[in-house]
Amino acid sequence: MCATIGVPQALLYYKYYPQWEAFLKGLGAEIVVSSATTKRTINAGTSLAENELCLPVKVFFGHLVELRNQVDALFVPRVVSVENGAYTCPKFLGLPDLARSIDSSLPSVLDPTFNRRLGRKKFYEALLDFGKHFTNKKYRILRAWMMGLSAQRVFQRKLESGLTPVEAIANAEVQTYKGNLKIGIAGHPYNIYDSYINLNLIKRLREWGVDVATTEMIPQRTLEHEASYLPKRLFWSYEKEVVGSVFHWLRNKSVDGIIYVLSFACGPDSLIQVLLESEAKRRGSLPLMSLVIDEHSGEAGMITRVEAFVDMLRWRKV
Amino acid sequence: MRATFPHMGKLDMVMSDLFDRTGIGYIVPPRTTTKTLQLGVRYAPEFACLPLKVTIGNFIEALEAGADTLLMAGGVGPCRFGYYAQIQECVIKEAGYDFDMIILEPPGAGYRLFINTLKKLAPGKSILEIWQIIKIGFGKARVLDELEKYALKYRAYEVKRGDTTKAYKRALEIMRPAITADEIAQAREEAFLVLEAVEKDMQRPCLKMGIIGEFYVLLEPFVNFDIEEYLGNMGVSLERSVYLTDWIGPSKENPIMGISDKEVAQAAKPYLNHFVGGEGLPSVGHTVIYAKEGFDGVLHLFPFTCMPDIIAKSILPQISRDFDLPTLSLVIDEQTGKAGVITRLEAFIDLLANKRKQKEFGKSPVLVG
Ligand code: SF4
Ligand code: SF4
Repeated sequence: MCATIGVPQALLYYKYYPQWEAFLKGLGAEIVVSSATTKRTINAGTSLAENELCLPVKVFFGHLVELRNQVDALFVPRVVSVENGAYTCPKFLGLPDLARSIDSSLPSVLDPTFNRRLGRKKFYEALLDFGKHFTNKKYRILRAWMMGLSAQRVFQRKLESGLTPVEAIANAEVQTYKGNLKIGIAGHPYNIYDSYINLNLIKRLREWGVDVATTEMIPQRTLEHEASYLPKRLFWSYEKEVVGSVFHWLRNKSVDGIIYVLSFACGPDSLIQVLLESEAKRRGSLPLMSLVIDEHSGEAGMITRVEAFVDMLRWRKV
Repeated sequence: MRATFPHMGKLDMVMSDLFDRTGIGYIVPPRTTTKTLQLGVRYAPEFACLPLKVTIGNFIEALEAGADTLLMAGGVGPCRFGYYAQIQECVIKEAGYDFDMIILEPPGAGYRLFINTLKKLAPGKSILEIWQIIKIGFGKARVLDELEKYALKYRAYEVKRGDTTKAYKRALEIMRPAITADEIAQAREEAFLVLEAVEKDMQRPCLKMGIIGEFYVLLEPFVNFDIEEYLGNMGVSLERSVYLTDWIGPSKENPIMGISDKEVAQAAKPYLNHFVGGEGLPSVGHTVIYAKEGFDGVLHLFPFTCMPDIIAKSILPQISRDFDLPTLSLVIDEQTGKAGVITRLEAFIDLLANKRKQKEFGKSPVLVG
């Protein structure tokens, strides 16, 4: 039976950590979370990963390596689908296998499959299967799962009240920023909230007197509804949220401008970028800037671009 | 209506045949060239996978040539292909072209929609008639694949270099006019006779290589630099993981390639335990199968940023180690040049030949080239 479980602070951590934490603790596990991304994390990940992989997966590898000597097993769920008729990114479908492929000296990988497409029965079967690593008592597994779900609901509420996932996980209080400008930041949570890889975008903006809204702060229903204006339903759930948030802001103009953060070599981003930019152009209501990050993105260049964008928005306001 | 479609290997032959049967007007886009690619690169999103760029180029060239309706397949994910049509439409309209777009979503995305789209493509025909057209047209397409498979395998053994390629082209021409089931059956026989008549030296110790990877890059000779013909000419006998009709066909049995989806997934299981869209799982599964069948090596082709096959690439080194099977992954994008690809292939062939020599110590050396 497993005692200490490592959770990499990368990828879907930003979406589901509270749920995973409550679930794993409910199963009786100790949890070790890798520390925030640093240069070392990226170097470790990049040296193990195939060059063509997207940066977020490379960063994820770096976090796995950091956990190597601290835990009995690594928690790498296979999140295939979180709703009917849609998937996540192919990389998430193969994530546990990718994790196993990088380095044979890693601890074993625990990979529960979360696949909403298979229906309730199969979903719970998979859950119970996974729980057996910790306990033979079915009710304990189910209770732990319920605890996870309720933790996630609390988390979701915190996000909608204006906290970022990092703040919510750290139990921070909601603060009111009194900026004179508001920018919506859309993109994958692991790009937006990993402050190392995006050069501290959110903190920087706040320091410049800019209020920040993000995809996660908009209720799911709204995102889903806005995304339904696409010519065809997106079969990637998380990208649907990104599209939903941008469409939402373009329509109700609750922000002054939008920064869309995407990672180099990201499959889904490469296509939704077209949808977002063409919709922004068509509506002409708000400026939208696409900000591409990769492991070589020069700090100076990126900050200058954001600065120029903020200046432009301020100028536009007067 | 003057419909058009993107190129992908022999797809134009299959589509022309189907359009002739349904009786709607169509234009075959000009054959893919560097200019096509440049057009695509100009309009397509920068990080999109290569097939999207090339097919956008095809569509624009076809529109320039007078097409007014673009026909494209849809999909349900999780790889990008399923959203290609919407992006193509958006990008090409923004480039200033006016056209209709017909998107053929798979029956899985809604049966009604599927039928309605088919009816648009075969105006005035009943469902039964459409079904018959598809059945017979598809049957003919399968024969084309059988011929291709034969050529891939036996080109390496031909006595006179170039004979197989010539015979294969003739065989396709023999197939082209066949309309009824009888004619198709007869043409098939004739076509195979032509291929079989090529003089071969079956004693020649040829290397055996499997080709795996992303379907478009495997099936479209323009983007893979006609790699298969090159390898055949270098004395490498080939087996490939994807064929056109296996790929578009609804069957999970893959009659042309000969290995069912289930067997492929089973073989991949120790390394990749879930489908990941595109050819990710097949790429891994076939590598294991080829390893077990004693192939000399596996060549893996895929476009830069392709999600499913980068997963496969990450996993191949383990299989290579476990089975002592050399693999070579080639990532293709708009900047890839033929010379670089050939250099790497030459080195790979040398490696395989040396390995074979070591294994068969004492036997006659492998002939390459
Ligand atoms: S969505 Fe993009 S960035 Fe995220 S794992 Fe997939 S390819 Fe990588
Ligand atoms: S298989 Fe790869 S290259 Fe092909 S459409 Fe999908 S993501 Fe793009």
